[in-house]
Amino acid sequence: MSVGSVDPQVLGPEPAAGPVFDARGERRLASRERLRLLLRRPGFIVGSLILLFWLTCAVGGDNITPLDPLNDFDVSLQPPSADHLFGTDQLGRDVLSRVMAGARDVLIAAPIAAVLSVAMGAMLGTIMGYYRGWVDEVLSRIIEAFLSIPVVLIALLIVSALGASGVIVIGTVAVLFTPIVARTVRAATLAEAQLDYVTAARLRGESGLFVMTREILPNVSGTLIVEFTVRVGYAVFTISTLSFLGAGIQPPSPDWGLTISDTYRLIQASFWWPTLFPALAIASLVIATNLVADSIDTVRQA
Amino acid sequence: MSDPTTAGDGAVATATANDALAVEGVELAYRVRGIPREVLRGVTFHVRPGEAYGLVGESGCGKSTTAYAALRYLPSNGVITSGRILVAGQDVTDMSERQLRNFRAREASMVYQDPGSALNPTLKISSQVIEAFTILGHDKDEASDRALDALRRVRIADPEKVMHRYPHQLSGGMQQRVVIAMALACDPQLLVLDEPTTGLDATVEAEVLDIVRSLRHEMNAAILLIAHNLGVIRSMCDRVGVMYAGRIVEEGDAIEVFEEPKHPYTIGLLQCLPRHGARKTEQALFTIPGTLPQIGTSLPTCVYVDRCALADDLCRNEVPPVVEVGAGHWTRCHHVDRLDEMPEPTVQVVQHEGRTDVVLELSGVSKTFRVHGHDVPALVGIDLGLADGETLGLVGESGSGKSTLAKSMLGIYPADPGGEIKLDHVVLAGKAADRPTAAMRAMQMVFQNPDSALNRAWTVRRILRRAIRKLTGVGKAEADRRVEELAEGLRLSPRHLDMRPRQLSGGLKQRVAIARAFAGDPRIVICDEPTSALDVSVQAAILNLLADLQFDKSTSYLFISHDLGVVRYLADRIAVMYLGLIQEVGTTDQVFGGPHHPYTEALLSAVPSVDGEPSERIRLTGEIPSPANPPSGCVFHTRCHRFIEGTCDVIEPPVVELEPGHLIRCHLPVDELGKVEVGTG
Repeated sequence: MSVGSVDPQVLGPEPAAGPVFDARGERRLASRERLRLLLRRPGFIVGSLILLFWLTCAVGGDNITPLDPLNDFDVSLQPPSADHLFGTDQLGRDVLSRVMAGARDVLIAAPIAAVLSVAMGAMLGTIMGYYRGWVDEVLSRIIEAFLSIPVVLIALLIVSALGASGVIVIGTVAVLFTPIVARTVRAATLAEAQLDYVTAARLRGESGLFVMTREILPNVSGTLIVEFTVRVGYAVFTISTLSFLGAGIQPPSPDWGLTISDTYRLIQASFWWPTLFPALAIASLVIATNLVADSIDTVRQA
Repeated sequence: MSDPTTAGDGAVATATANDALAVEGVELAYRVRGIPREVLRGVTFHVRPGEAYGLVGESGCGKSTTAYAALRYLPSNGVITSGRILVAGQDVTDMSERQLRNFRAREASMVYQDPGSALNPTLKISSQVIEAFTILGHDKDEASDRALDALRRVRIADPEKVMHRYPHQLSGGMQQRVVIAMALACDPQLLVLDEPTTGLDATVEAEVLDIVRSLRHEMNAAILLIAHNLGVIRSMCDRVGVMYAGRIVEEGDAIEVFEEPKHPYTIGLLQCLPRHGARKTEQALFTIPGTLPQIGTSLPTCVYVDRCALADDLCRNEVPPVVEVGAGHWTRCHHVDRLDEMPEPTVQVVQHEGRTDVVLELSGVSKTFRVHGHDVPALVGIDLGLADGETLGLVGESGSGKSTLAKSMLGIYPADPGGEIKLDHVVLAGKAADRPTAAMRAMQMVFQNPDSALNRAWTVRRILRRAIRKLTGVGKAEADRRVEELAEGLRLSPRHLDMRPRQLSGGLKQRVAIARAFAGDPRIVICDEPTSALDVSVQAAILNLLADLQFDKSTSYLFISHDLGVVRYLADRIAVMYLGLIQEVGTTDQVFGGPHHPYTEALLSAVPSVDGEPSERIRLTGEIPSPANPPSGCVFHTRCHRFIEGTCDVIEPPVVELEPGHLIRCHLPVDELGKVEVGTG
């Protein structure tokens, strides 16, 4: 600076607030702090433990089940006992082993469907929130129309029309969840697009694609993570429902929804255990993912 | 009260039983992750009934915490560890929840910075104001009568109408009046005002302060006023306490403290302000080196020692004594006799070459927004030129069209067809996206709020590198090299480059934003209130930086600000806007020296200054009219104190050239235009 030479000490770089700063260390500290806050929430601990249990079952499959879930036939419809903790089903297979092994299909399908729906929803949502105007108007109406029809009903229609393969079930659920995700992401993008850094980007001639993917998307990533965890829970529920209706995973898989649909008529004959345990399994998985999602959301906003 | 300095305060400020507020040796800590961090380190002061006491200091010094502590409105992790707080003789620190509620309802009130969040957006004004009275035990009819009275008292012209509105239908100034009316419902012994006018325009601020001043005499309530604007404190308060790092370092009569400060910190704060009509061509602004210590830092001796120019071993080893320097005026410093050794702002004489080559020229630029099917003219036929290396200050109340003008220049809001924006004599497209890269590179912007202007997911390095690459088109390696250069020029150290914006202080963030604007060596930088979110010491550093960059690179600035002292310091020429029209334009000396346009006259006289009030106050009544339905004739006639009936409301005023370059849009003959004596100190 040629003019206005002032005491260098006076104009010297302003020290950052606080002691010596190490940018990366500081960031690591911040994420460790977030993890610490998460671990303090009982909801998160319980949810994670349940999730961990089901993940172990899904990965281990029939290697870790007490008995073979498919081909180990004992006396049928035994009530819960020391030999069979959850009893046996109408073919004499161990219900506990089948419930454990049944985690696999749904735990593969649900997260894939959730990832796909979040990816597509994020794309739509950012486009709507960034461009606004007629693009937003048209897409919003389509989404509203979509949301007004019950999810399971359309899913059932699509799957019965196209056939019940795993790929089609996953694709259907992903497409059906996309509008819901898009709406949330749109709201987050609208708020971001008001900020001056977006104006600054436009003032240096950035393209819309750049602003959406590089400038805005990183700032809505928290929303996307929460949206993903929530969608996993709903996907578990929807996929199980489809299996129950016979439009999802096909026999002889020990899938929960499928098992329930095979056994629920037995309740009238007071054989409740082949139905109750897979139902509890679905409930526990959905609740666990929601507990985790809630905790992440709360900590993120804290 | 183990701290010897706390006892010292007591010796100076003698407590009396009938003080409206007595804060005695209060130490307060916030528990963060289980560790108590000291925020107040023994604060002692007394406010007598009917007296107004001001607290000043940089943000983070503990002034708001003190105000909240006075009513024991503390977050759950805030603990008063020592001392006591008496309001009208009652100890607030050992009240039960129930007593506290009753106390807050009847004895003390508080007014916050943002009136919008103090009012419930879903309830009509009537139910909120009436509730303030029914709580006190009045029945419904009496309460509603009293509510109307209360609104009249804060000079709301049509209280019946206002009662039926919702908060969002009122302007910020109106909302703040309603909040004040509610605060005064219980006829409190103590009224705490925390930055009550910070978000308001100077003209509205002057009006709100007037109301508080006149009510104060009616009600005999003691006032504790927190404000970062020293001018506001001077115009409102009898006595003032200067706070630093959780301790009062100087206290005394307000005028005496501002005229003859006796603590190095007070002296520094006052020197940071562009005062007495200081100009960038004459002197750089003084800045206080360093920043406020973080809360919880251990400061065993003098709290200001790390930033003080006079600090020596004595200051580092011994607690400074309380030195009485006048009647009721004391300071906490070892070196009261050495204060004249404080460094003065550097005097610099810069030859200002009368540059005439016009970089940017606007002729007949208008901008009309379409809102709900109606045309709303935001800019009307703007003619304006910006010379090379010149700073053009743009002033006016909010809603006058300043930001719209800036955004039309930049092409964020394309101007209406018909007008022309010429850069180096070449007509520019209306939309930024349609302009050539060179034109984009030539014009950049510094925003008001750096938190919004910087992408919080990016590191500083990435922010700067992207701007350099996009604007200049250089390769990656070259861009990396220039990032370092740019950072050095802006006095950002290399370690800041790998940080994200939230890890930086407000001043550093604004430097990054300025660096980004300068990434492509722009011809013109538009600064939209770049220092209004910053403390005075940081503001001074940023203003110095902007002035230095301009001297170096001969960049032109369009500088938007509501702070006339700042505009006067930095601007070569000033344009005054009202309702989308330029009312007056001229060199800084012409605009400040007069004769003025009546609107300029009112703006100049509304500003509370640390150097004392202007001799004559012109009060602008009412609010800026909606641009959707502008007044006939002269748009300013509805609020003008020199209004000529039959002329101003019928005929559009001509533009008159008073002197070469000094244009005024007014019907009045030159010799009837007003002159305001400002800041001659």
